Amino acid sequence: MPLVLSDEQQMLRESARGYLAEQAPVAHLRKLRDERDDTGFSRALWRGFAEMGWAGVLIAEEFGGVGLGHVEAGVLLEEMGRTLAPSPFLSTAVVAASAIGLAGSAQHKAQHLPRIAAGELVAALAIDEGAKHKPSRIALAAARHANGFRLNGTKTFVIDGHVADLLIVAARTAGGIEDKQGVTLFLVDAKTPGLARERTIMVDSRNAARLAFENVDVTADAVLGEVDEGAPWLERVLSIGRAGLAAELVGAGSEAFDRTVSYLKERRQFGRAIGEFQALQHRVAQVYDDLEMARSAVLKALQTMDENLDGAGPIASVAKAKAGQAAKLASQEAVQMHGGMGMTDELDIGLFMKRIRVAQELFGDVQFHADRLARMRGY
Amino acid sequence: MSDLEQFRGEVRSWLEKNCPPEMRRPSLNEDDVCWGGRKPSFQSDAQRVWLERMGERGWTVPEWPKQYGGGGLTREEAKVLREEMARLHCRAALTSFGIWMLGPALLKYGSEAQKRKYLPEIARGEIRWCQGYSEPNAGSDLASLQTKAEDKADHFLVNGQKIWTSYADRADWIFCLVRTDFAAKKHEGISFLLFDMASPGVSTTPISLISGKSPFCQTFFHDVKVPKGNLVGERNKGWEIAKYLLTHERESIGAFGITQIGRSLGELAAETVGHDDGVLADPLLRAKIAEFEVDGWCFLLSMQRAADMAKAGQGSGAYSSVLKYYGAELNKRRHELMMDGGGSDALEWEGARSHDGKAAREWLRSKANSIEGGTSEIQLNIIAKRLLGLPGA
Ligand SMILES: Cc1cc2nc3c(=O)[nH]c(=O)nc-3n(C[C@H](O)[C@H](O)[C@H](O)COP(=O)(O)OP(=O)(O)OC[C@H]3O[C@@H](n4cnc5c(N)ncnc54)[C@H](O)[C@@H]3O)c2cc1C
Ligand SMILES: Cc1cc2nc3c(=O)[nH]c(=O)nc-3n(C[C@H](O)[C@H](O)[C@H](O)COP(=O)(O)OP(=O)(O)OC[C@H]3O[C@@H](n4cnc5c(N)ncnc54)[C@H](O)[C@@H]3O)c2cc1C
Repeated sequence: MPLVLSDEQQMLRESARGYLAEQAPVAHLRKLRDERDDTGFSRALWRGFAEMGWAGVLIAEEFGGVGLGHVEAGVLLEEMGRTLAPSPFLSTAVVAASAIGLAGSAQHKAQHLPRIAAGELVAALAIDEGAKHKPSRIALAAARHANGFRLNGTKTFVIDGHVADLLIVAARTAGGIEDKQGVTLFLVDAKTPGLARERTIMVDSRNAARLAFENVDVTADAVLGEVDEGAPWLERVLSIGRAGLAAELVGAGSEAFDRTVSYLKERRQFGRAIGEFQALQHRVAQVYDDLEMARSAVLKALQTMDENLDGAGPIASVAKAKAGQAAKLASQEAVQMHGGMGMTDELDIGLFMKRIRVAQELFGDVQFHADRLARMRGY
Repeated sequence: MSDLEQFRGEVRSWLEKNCPPEMRRPSLNEDDVCWGGRKPSFQSDAQRVWLERMGERGWTVPEWPKQYGGGGLTREEAKVLREEMARLHCRAALTSFGIWMLGPALLKYGSEAQKRKYLPEIARGEIRWCQGYSEPNAGSDLASLQTKAEDKADHFLVNGQKIWTSYADRADWIFCLVRTDFAAKKHEGISFLLFDMASPGVSTTPISLISGKSPFCQTFFHDVKVPKGNLVGERNKGWEIAKYLLTHERESIGAFGITQIGRSLGELAAETVGHDDGVLADPLLRAKIAEFEVDGWCFLLSMQRAADMAKAGQGSGAYSSVLKYYGAELNKRRHELMMDGGGSDALEWEGARSHDGKAAREWLRSKANSIEGGTSEIQLNIIAKRLLGLPGA
């Protein structure tokens, strides 16, 4: 498949760009932050996303979605990255919808997917337990209890965790905490007794939460996929999340970059535009190169996911690593090249740097993914 | 079975039958490649046979039209051919500036007669070309070149000096930038000439490189007579052709960034530093290699995306600077890492054990990647100015 967007995908990009510029410009995030909004996103905007078909972008038509692919979801995420639009799109429409669509029973799908597509259900993946992403280490215990399971343990960095109606929880049902076998995914209603949720206010003003499970009881039909066999499903779902985040990173990095190039053309010092100084020109040219490299990897990762999801792990890591590196560089140079203005809260540039920091950490940072690739290649 | 898959089957069996076993091993050193030419120096019989067979099919230049000696393949078919050659580890049958640089320029700017004369010779490896661009006072600032060509009614009379002319001492013909108008602005008085290096008045002096090789020369022209028909395009319009050719040169140099990516640097390093708990024993080297491989992978995909964008009409000539810059820097990084991984073994300069210092010499040679074909700094200038629209530069 050629590594370019099709005409339809480009049209989707244009319409997303127009919609987001109007409904969710950066000022929208700023307002939620300044008002210390408890939900952390706008329900009205999320309904709008559902009306546009975005909440159901990856959901099959039989479940009320529009049945598009990962490239389309990535196009939307890239545009959301450009305006830093806060919404449960990643947690719910991309990650949770994929998890349920891939591993769920007929009943799970019928029960949850239509509500996600309609924008009525927010869902969140609870995976990390420590400050660094390490999906190979799952300690939260799910012991057999009555006709189901009893969950005990904690989760952290759960995106949209405090507002989710439904949680997808990776838990240990057998083996030691580092074992690949013995992980099970559970669908847990957020109102189940024993579950405590604490919102963590993050640097990017976007949603995340810590969850504490104390004797949280679920029935056997809460199991997503098969008991003890959750790791391969988790792997696929994480690949999808990583490629999606990589797309968002390219969007956020590119927007910070474009604004910087414009600033270099406007801002005058020493009697000329600072964009005339070669010391700055060469650095922006290098940032441009890195973003272009990331863009290629992201598109390839998204395409691979549509063609052969099981083979997409390595390229998803490449995309996440490169997009994280390139976007971080773009945002750091953006602040620097805006001079004193770059340090002000008034300018949006700082918001881009903050979001990029968080998105590059989520589901594995540059080091995590480079290490993972090195292991795959045997060194 | 799709047409493409059927084609793949045919290519595979043809290659298996026709590619000599010796040509399925990596070349030993820089000299162990086939450049063709009037007085070709084949390292082996296999090399000669391989060139003849590939040249006959036009598969040295798979995408050129058949009437000019090419293979007439579509881009997809050419990709299949490349993939099948890689699968069998077939070497390129021909290494040639004619293929990388002059050919594409002639296809676009040459007259019908020029295409019919020069392109088939390039495809079959019969004429070896060199590139007469740089001069002692015109390197990055190529357009200030001073070699002059005077109009003498039935011929041009060429006088001047070129430098860094790769393989000028072994080339049969030169594509040369000359000044035909000294009054015009510097970009508007340049013409693009082709001539025989055996013409009276052409002489070359080799220059030694830090890698111990002397692949390039000073090239002198003293009253060289060049037929009028050897002018490509219009007189004083040579700069456009020169730039177009450079975008092709840049893409080929950039492509060095991906050769050998198959053999993991991690494996190479493991031979010297060993493993510790399943991973490379030197964690800092391992980290650098892993980052390099991420970038290498992205670069490979960017080459593909650039080609796909060009095909979809979304391309830009200046994009070759993105690939040239990134690929050249990447290849330098790879050789630095190979030296890091190789340790003192990689520092040997002579002797059979090191294949006469292959690692060290290639490391040194790679430094030229960010100089030849326009330096890295010049590529960044082009990106800043042409792609990002920044002022000045
Ligand atoms: C936290 C903070 C505290 C400060 N406190 C004080 C204070 O107490 N008193 C005070 O007077 N000022 C203060 N400043 C201002 C500070 O000195 C200026 O921000 C700084 O000199 C840069 O000027 P500028 O912001 O106008 O950026 P600009 O000059 O507009 O620079 C923008 C970008 O262009 C680059 N650039 C500019 N010219 C060139 C060139 N010739 N070549 C290459 N690159 C170039 C810069 O390096 C920068 O990356 C403070 C700034 C900050 C951020
Ligand atoms: C191995 C090799 C093979 C070559 N083969 C050929 C060949 O076959 N034919 C041919 O014609 N030429 C050939 N060249 C020459 C090559 O194209 C030139 O070396 C190159 O264009 C640089 O020119 P220069 O050496 O004069 O360096 P200079 O132009 O003098 O540059 C010196 C340094 O200054 C920097 N610099 C110059 N201008 C700027 C600017 N505006 N902004 C920022 N930095 C700048 C450069 O980047 C470089 O780092 C070859 C070179 C090498 C190394």
